[in-house]
Amino acid sequence: MIQEAFESTYHVLGRDFPNAGRVSTSIKDTLKRMGIHPLVVRRIAIVSYEAEMNLVMYATRGKISLRVSLDSVSINVDDEGPGIPDVTLAMEEGYSTATPEMREMGFGAGMGLPNIRRNADEFDISSHVGRGTRLYIRVIQAA
Amino acid sequence: MATVPKAATLTLEEVRDILEAEVLNGEDLSVNVDAFGAADLLSDVLSTSRPGTLLLTGLVNLQVIRTAIVADLCGVVFVRGKKPNAEILSLARESKIPVLGTHLNMFEAAGRLYVAVSESR
Repeated sequence: MIQEAFESTYHVLGRDFPNAGRVSTSIKDTLKRMGIHPLVVRRIAIVSYEAEMNLVMYATRGKISLRVSLDSVSINVDDEGPGIPDVTLAMEEGYSTATPEMREMGFGAGMGLPNIRRNADEFDISSHVGRGTRLYIRVIQAA
Repeated sequence: MATVPKAATLTLEEVRDILEAEVLNGEDLSVNVDAFGAADLLSDVLSTSRPGTLLLTGLVNLQVIRTAIVADLCGVVFVRGKKPNAEILSLARESKIPVLGTHLNMFEAAGRLYVAVSESR
């Protein structure tokens, strides 16, 4: 088990489909090696992967930051992109603006953001149209 | 995604035989399958699968393997005779995700497994 906070930032490029998901599998590896509980690792990996897919599908570029402290693991996602005009609507299951190309990959069914929220103990989203979107997710580690 | 729970009764080897499948990656097929799921929507897999699920899918791309890694799936079965390319198989090998390929369609493959699981209870 880790003794102090650990932080790492990963860069993700929009439209880089061949590499989409690499950052999240790498985050998962890192957490596993740290001895974090497998169910916490899985929740963070799912959250990070959905966010990474959103970033690749919609944004120009962005970064995913991982922070591990004694009591929790958190993910911050910060992208430069079109932003989300109606965040409340985007949080509804099934609401999607995905293209057929995104759907063919198995994503873009309006499940990503609701799924991220479901796996988070703390969740925050803010978005500015024409600038980008920020996400904050925290998963508590049981003592 | 439909999931059949409590199916810790079939091994990957038995799944291979039931589905007349080809082993595309994986050396140890003695792994017990905890649950089965069939889906082409990866967000459904991420939101509803439990760790140890074997995924049947007609979707063939790198994201299927990455989803298997992220969601702790025990393996992937590509249905309808779809062949994953070298890049997909290389990622599966690197990440130790067993991969099977069957000529059966999704309905037939899921149906055969459902019957086998029900009979083994």
